[in-house]
Amino acid sequence: MAALVIAEHDNLSLKAATLNAVAAALQCSPEVDILVAGNQSDAAAQAAAQIAGVSKVIQIDAPNLADQLAEPLAAQILALASSYTYVLAPATANGKNVLPRVAAKLDVAQLSDVTKIVSPDTFERPIYAGNAIATVQSSDPIKIITVRTTGFDPVSAAGGSAAIEKHAVAADAGKSAFVGRELTKSDRPELTAAKIIVSGGRGLGSGEKYQELIAPLADKLGAALGASRAAVDAGYVPNDYQVGQTGKIVAPQLYVAVGISGAIQHLAGMKDSKVIVAINKDPEAPIFSVADYGLVADLFTAVPELTKALG
Amino acid sequence: MKILVAVKRVVDYNVKVRVKSDNSGVDIANVKMSMNPFDEIAVEEAVRLKEAGVATEIVVVSAGPTQCQETLRTALAIGADRAILVETESELQPLAVAKLLKALVDKEQAQMMILGKQAIDDDSNQTGQMLASLLDIPQGTFASQVVVTDGKASVTREVDGGLETLALTLPAVITTDLRLNEPRYVTLPNIMKAKKKVIDIVKPEDLGVDISPRLKTIKVEEPPKRSAGVMVADVAALIEKLKNEAKVI
Repeated sequence: MAALVIAEHDNLSLKAATLNAVAAALQCSPEVDILVAGNQSDAAAQAAAQIAGVSKVIQIDAPNLADQLAEPLAAQILALASSYTYVLAPATANGKNVLPRVAAKLDVAQLSDVTKIVSPDTFERPIYAGNAIATVQSSDPIKIITVRTTGFDPVSAAGGSAAIEKHAVAADAGKSAFVGRELTKSDRPELTAAKIIVSGGRGLGSGEKYQELIAPLADKLGAALGASRAAVDAGYVPNDYQVGQTGKIVAPQLYVAVGISGAIQHLAGMKDSKVIVAINKDPEAPIFSVADYGLVADLFTAVPELTKALG
Repeated sequence: MKILVAVKRVVDYNVKVRVKSDNSGVDIANVKMSMNPFDEIAVEEAVRLKEAGVATEIVVVSAGPTQCQETLRTALAIGADRAILVETESELQPLAVAKLLKALVDKEQAQMMILGKQAIDDDSNQTGQMLASLLDIPQGTFASQVVVTDGKASVTREVDGGLETLALTLPAVITTDLRLNEPRYVTLPNIMKAKKKVIDIVKPEDLGVDISPRLKTIKVEEPPKRSAGVMVADVAALIEKLKNEAKVI
């Protein structure tokens, strides 16, 4: 009945999404182990050992695991999977990338983006961009699950004292290689972990206006920056800003949507936020149907006014 | 190089689906169906690789009911050379589709498989990765750029913090993200030409694949509705609400 959680990390630290996945795992089984597969990942493994509720940390270090490539990472998970009834990972780019490889090799289905554990074999997951919630039952011997982080409150990152067990690396064919990474540099909070998010849409008209209006408001609020697909497609901001069905799914305490009309695909990514504010000049914009507070106004005057008033 | 592209027929992305009153699923009778948008990007990418002289033939595959032929015709009109429909009225889940595709890749000996990263109906985001796993070949998921040289594919991927680039030894599976390309509009002459292209029809049994579903859908419900909010008159009223009512700033 034990569960294995695949840690999301960069060798030096754990990503917060791991804590939500552990929370989901603890609802499946009281015995939760965590896999830290990386390279020189001692710091990440030690952080994993501190997580409340974790029984054991399995650490596997090898150079080809440094960058979380799907092929070698899946090989490590497969080597361990037979001891577990549940294998879970947060539904991040990494989790989504690797777990289906594991499921296919085990000849079992994967449950993607699970938002609720109903019973040991029954789960809820959103379909059609969150316009419907499906309750699905798995009869497979091992349940492979990606966890939608917004569906589970994170467990505490401290208070645990799990043992760290080092395992030897399982072989991989070596047909993929990491070339490079170009990460968006920012001093702001990470989008999926932020308490407040300010998002801009097509209504801003340009990348310059995004920087001129949205960034200062986010700074005042200590918020992360987000965007609609339209704003990303128009080149206002990098693609990792995208909130929505195919971008990031967020649920902050406060979500401020500026110049975003509210396409179904965008609403899918943010409608679980606690408080939603919409600022848009079109009173008919669908975003107002999910907003707690709506302000029909010209964003070019309302946003600077808001930023100034928060001073 | 032969490329195999998989396409799925789904409810059009502009349609807001409704849950059936008996909670057995969503109502897809009489709604507009289209090619999954990510799959359209997959077909476009394959056609561009052919136009660039990298690919020699594009085989497009779909699995599902006979109406999927329309989806395949669209792919042929974009520029795929021929099509295969794995025809079945049964429910198909990602693992079953990956097995069907594997059987066809083995038969066709394709060097590159391009799929959409997810279908916008079940939002699973699994089939490409499962296909790569079953074939024991590398994968480049969520691709925003693909460059093929000397039997290798350089794939730039959209990841959580930005972009990363991988070098994959072919054969490999690639799944498309939104910004890989902008699919062309299909022209009337190409639609006419597509009508002459061949669609082969096979059954899952012909491929020796067991497609029985592994997950049972117990029920499908509407998501909880957000209670209606209020409109505020101006910025001052908004700040007052956020501070004193919602207490979030």
